[in-house]
Amino acid sequence: MSTQHISVTVNGQVREADVEPRLLLVHFLRDVLGLTGTHVGCDTSNCGACTVHVDGDSAKSCTMLAVQADGRRVTTIEGLSGGPGLHPLQQGFWDQHGLQCGFCTPGMIMQAAWLLGRDPDPSEQEIREGIAGNLCRCTGYVNIVKAIQQAAGELQAASEAPAETAGAAS
Amino acid sequence: MIPPQFDYVRPAGLDEALRILTEREGEAKLLAGGYSLLPLLKLRLAQPALLVDLRDVGELDAIVEQGDELAIGGRATHRRILEDPTVRAGYPMLVDAAGLIGDPQVRNWGTIGGSVAHADPAADWPSVLCALRATIVVRSAAGGRRIAAREFFLDPFVTAIEPTEILTEVRFPRPLAGSGGAYEKLERKAGDFATAGAAAQVRLGDDGRLAEVGIALTNVADHVLVPEAAERALTGAQPTEEQFRVAAGEAAAASRPVADSRGPAEYKRAMAAEMTVRALRRAVARARGDA
Amino acid sequence: MSDAQTPTTTPEVSGMGHSMKRKEDPRFIRGQGEYIDDVVLPNMLWMDIVRSPYAHAKINSIDASEALATPGVVAVITGKDLEAAGLHWMPTLAGDKQMVLPTDTVMYQAQEVAAVIAESRYAAADGAAAMYVDYDPLPVVVDPFKALEPDAPVLRPDRGPEKANNHIWHWESGDKAATDAALAASDRVIPLDVYIPRIHVASIETCGCIADWDPVREHLDFHVTSQAPHVYRTVISLVSGIPETKIRVKTHDIGGGFGGKVPVYPGYVIAIVASLTTGRPVKWIEDRSENLQADSFARDYHIHAELGVTDDGKVTGLKVKTVADHGYTDAAADPSKFPAGLFNVITGSYDMPQAFVEVDGVYTNKPPGGVAYRCSFRVTEAVHTIERLVDVAAGELGMDPAEFRFKNFIQPEQFPYHTATGWDYDSGDYPAALRKAMDIIGYADLRREQAEKRARGELMGIGISSFTEIVGAGPSHTFDIIGIKMFDSCEIRVHPTGSAIARLGVQSQGQGHETTYAQIIAEELGIPAKDITIEEGDTDTAPYGLGTYASRSTPVAGAATAIAARKIREKARLIAAHLLEASPDDLEWTNGKWSVKGSPDRFKTIQEIAFAAYTNLPQGMEAGLEATDYYDPPNLTFPFGSYICVVDIDKGTGQVKVRRFVAVDDCGNIINPMIVDGQIHGGLTMGLAPALYEEINYDDQGNNLAGTFMDYLLPTAIETPSWETDKTITPSPHHPLGAKGVGESATVGAPPAIANAVVDALWHLGVRHVDIPMTPQKVWAILQEKGVTT
Repeated sequence: MSTQHISVTVNGQVREADVEPRLLLVHFLRDVLGLTGTHVGCDTSNCGACTVHVDGDSAKSCTMLAVQADGRRVTTIEGLSGGPGLHPLQQGFWDQHGLQCGFCTPGMIMQAAWLLGRDPDPSEQEIREGIAGNLCRCTGYVNIVKAIQQAAGELQAASEAPAETAGAAS
Repeated sequence: MIPPQFDYVRPAGLDEALRILTEREGEAKLLAGGYSLLPLLKLRLAQPALLVDLRDVGELDAIVEQGDELAIGGRATHRRILEDPTVRAGYPMLVDAAGLIGDPQVRNWGTIGGSVAHADPAADWPSVLCALRATIVVRSAAGGRRIAAREFFLDPFVTAIEPTEILTEVRFPRPLAGSGGAYEKLERKAGDFATAGAAAQVRLGDDGRLAEVGIALTNVADHVLVPEAAERALTGAQPTEEQFRVAAGEAAAASRPVADSRGPAEYKRAMAAEMTVRALRRAVARARGDA
Repeated sequence: MSDAQTPTTTPEVSGMGHSMKRKEDPRFIRGQGEYIDDVVLPNMLWMDIVRSPYAHAKINSIDASEALATPGVVAVITGKDLEAAGLHWMPTLAGDKQMVLPTDTVMYQAQEVAAVIAESRYAAADGAAAMYVDYDPLPVVVDPFKALEPDAPVLRPDRGPEKANNHIWHWESGDKAATDAALAASDRVIPLDVYIPRIHVASIETCGCIADWDPVREHLDFHVTSQAPHVYRTVISLVSGIPETKIRVKTHDIGGGFGGKVPVYPGYVIAIVASLTTGRPVKWIEDRSENLQADSFARDYHIHAELGVTDDGKVTGLKVKTVADHGYTDAAADPSKFPAGLFNVITGSYDMPQAFVEVDGVYTNKPPGGVAYRCSFRVTEAVHTIERLVDVAAGELGMDPAEFRFKNFIQPEQFPYHTATGWDYDSGDYPAALRKAMDIIGYADLRREQAEKRARGELMGIGISSFTEIVGAGPSHTFDIIGIKMFDSCEIRVHPTGSAIARLGVQSQGQGHETTYAQIIAEELGIPAKDITIEEGDTDTAPYGLGTYASRSTPVAGAATAIAARKIREKARLIAAHLLEASPDDLEWTNGKWSVKGSPDRFKTIQEIAFAAYTNLPQGMEAGLEATDYYDPPNLTFPFGSYICVVDIDKGTGQVKVRRFVAVDDCGNIINPMIVDGQIHGGLTMGLAPALYEEINYDDQGNNLAGTFMDYLLPTAIETPSWETDKTITPSPHHPLGAKGVGESATVGAPPAIANAVVDALWHLGVRHVDIPMTPQKVWAILQEKGVTT
């Protein structure tokens, strides 16, 4: 059984492996790299629990082969905030009780992050359409919408805040 | 959930891809976004010996008006089509349809070429292509050819593409003045395939009558259906509700839907009619500049 | 009854009534939850299950040769292998039995037929694809009425010749003669036939386990998605013969349960056998298709009901006859005396003088099913029926459905109220909840709008549901599951430096127990909730409990928690008295400290007392500051609410659009309002889903027609309305915290509100009932029949 050598930048780190071509990206992330934050919730590409970013676009990692990610950048929930702190979406989901069992949450947050990256000020309807590929069974979506709205507000405020000038005279 | 084993190759460009298809004729399946192919592989409904990844075949991405056609590369994703300024300015039916395919993640990666070549009988693009009388451009190692959309979709999952060919472009005629088009899709929930879908493209003459009509229906026959009797009934007619209903009746009569979870055949036939009316209404409104 | 609950603790302590942010969230938002498929053990094997394509068939042969030759495959297990160890059948939680693996006949499509064990996930799938099973299909029966006919194939010959039929049990409640007399004497009897189809919980995480048998220590670690870990341990011990002290059941984070993770599934037992045989850990995680086709089912009740009424709209009696389709075995985890669950709560929120309810359980060629999907032991089926029936009665009498309900509600002064089927409702104020819902939604304006729209031929409907829930199973005199009484438990230990740990016999699957139970203890002891660790799900450390389902955690384990904390508080009093050199009777408790009455500056905090419990004790007192309580609830609790739904129907397509939905819920005293609202949002969505979208249906060959998410339609954020919620607060008089539980209320109350709205929209056309799911094609067919055009 021949393998393919792949080199994928995952959460900023180059990861290399020899994989079967049929290995799904989600299994590469979970089983080979141990990044178990991305979840599998179905087998027909409906639920979105497996959503990650590939070259900046949200993707259902169960519907992609690991070999398709060769040479690409992948961001998972573990790499969203880029550090030990929380991304405003993570904070928003916590503050607004946008999660209960937490299983859909990483995929939901990653999809919301992609949405806000392109549309920083979405209406409620645009948010709902933006997460239409992500199923949640626990929350009824009400607080997920609120969480995303909170994060949108924070991200906008942060981008509008004047940058600190170094060496300002005191 | 777990695909069967297969070999995998990622050609560096179109010529290499075509060469592989010729060498491994019948054994290979092309991989673009993968959002039609991967689900089949995971259910083990497809067991190809070789996957040919079109990832590095960059020649297939452009969306550009050339002369009297809009040329969309086979690798253009549904989302890029949905957001393209040229498409949004002149081809509203494409915007309707692209926005109704799957969900945001699917639209990020699924391609028009992949969808059209895969020819799922429930897919939305085939209706759009047939209503607009589009042309599909395919290439093999021996050269290229153009296939009219209405001659392209033959059977469920079967098109006129040969195993040695790759779909490189879909070309839509540039609409003339007085044109308008729309796509209506009835779905059980967001992201579903159509219970019934209708694509309608019209051009109003100076006299306000329907000079040209193109209608195609989604998922009410074993593959895309062009109800020619409905088109004929409308051509030259006044664009009134009554006329839309006549055309819709013809469309329903031509439909051959199969009963399933989306409803009995009688319901689907009626929905073919209802979606036809709604699509015509919006197409005419757009042709008049009202919408 | 009140509208608001003012916390008595500070936000720092965060006792009852605070919308404290959840303590479990930090790991989930970072993707660092630990769900069963995240757990990897050294030397672990993977299991995949081969399943029957037929609903009823004889197995001629199983050819495992190609599977065993597949690279990575280690073993294959069939029914014959289990039969040798007497493990091919096992008991169900309903006291019936089910196959683990068949030896000769399969009974439902997707039934487990064999298992393949391999070195990797992918190898196990390849092995399963290489198994060849030869079947002879047998006649299939999927209609329970046909199953009861004399010439139907006998699906359970294992029951012996005296039971050579498909009738499982007959159950009755209420007074038949008195009810018949009451109906006979009524001015009118309103009949209604309701079919509540099968649905599936479809939590986003499927079921799974890792069975880890250590042959040296002769110990089984069983990691599993279970809502009832201790019950699992006992059942596994009974089935396998391994002593309970050598079994540890361990849950991890669970991605939703909703009742679907209560039964002990065949896959679990096969994985245990595989681990016993190989001496290595064996992981089994089911695919979504397997999940939708083989487990976690709910409903499937065929109900005939008759409501007696006077001409001026008073109910006189209720008679109900139900056929319950259980699939090929009764594996519904009902309390043993209640094979139809708490279905006899069907008299609802109404002062019903007489009632008689009978249910017959039937076998069919379907997977076993019943009490999943957030149904509170068949209460969903009961409430749907009575709320529909009340609406039909109102309509037939020309009364507004709200008016009919006000006229017949049990009034606040009638509580505790003894129902005609034997329940004692603890407390309630039904008129206040309905009035509040009507005010919020603007009921009178909506009726005016509806009249205007109807005149223009537009279809708009308003539907009410005023439900009474029955939760918190249950008192030991009435309730047990396979003999185990339905108490629950909490064990609390306070450490010297003032923080605490509590372990419970229940099991969160997203309900926020790590937060809410800390809040209960914070309320009782004044220790800040952030300083209290809550653990569940490890049977080695947690006290025995019956688990979380049927909204029982707050009513039962919540009570145990409060009582255990109060025991600690009493010991703390004695220690404080010692420290303050005062008499214990001279001390009074205010949040977090014992102080001398009349001298508030002389006090000891709970933290000081905790330290003293290990360092400075009164003579003769045992060290430590801890307590355990096993709580036997004296009664169930009865949350309630009124929901009002507004729908608009698209005449062209039959689509039903929910325009507005107002939910007023009463779950007694509230621990965490934010979490309660979240439970209601989720429950409403799991009420919307079966009302409009979800159904697991079968063709006449027993083929499951909704076996993937392509056809089993979970609502997305687009289908789901923006739920409007509010509350009233009517504490439970018998619960230590006055709390009632809320997890399933909305799933119970919502479907009839939506169904009533749709029927209301169509009433003037002569429509009296529409079964759920009210799909576009169903509604459209009605419109066609009634001659409605666009």
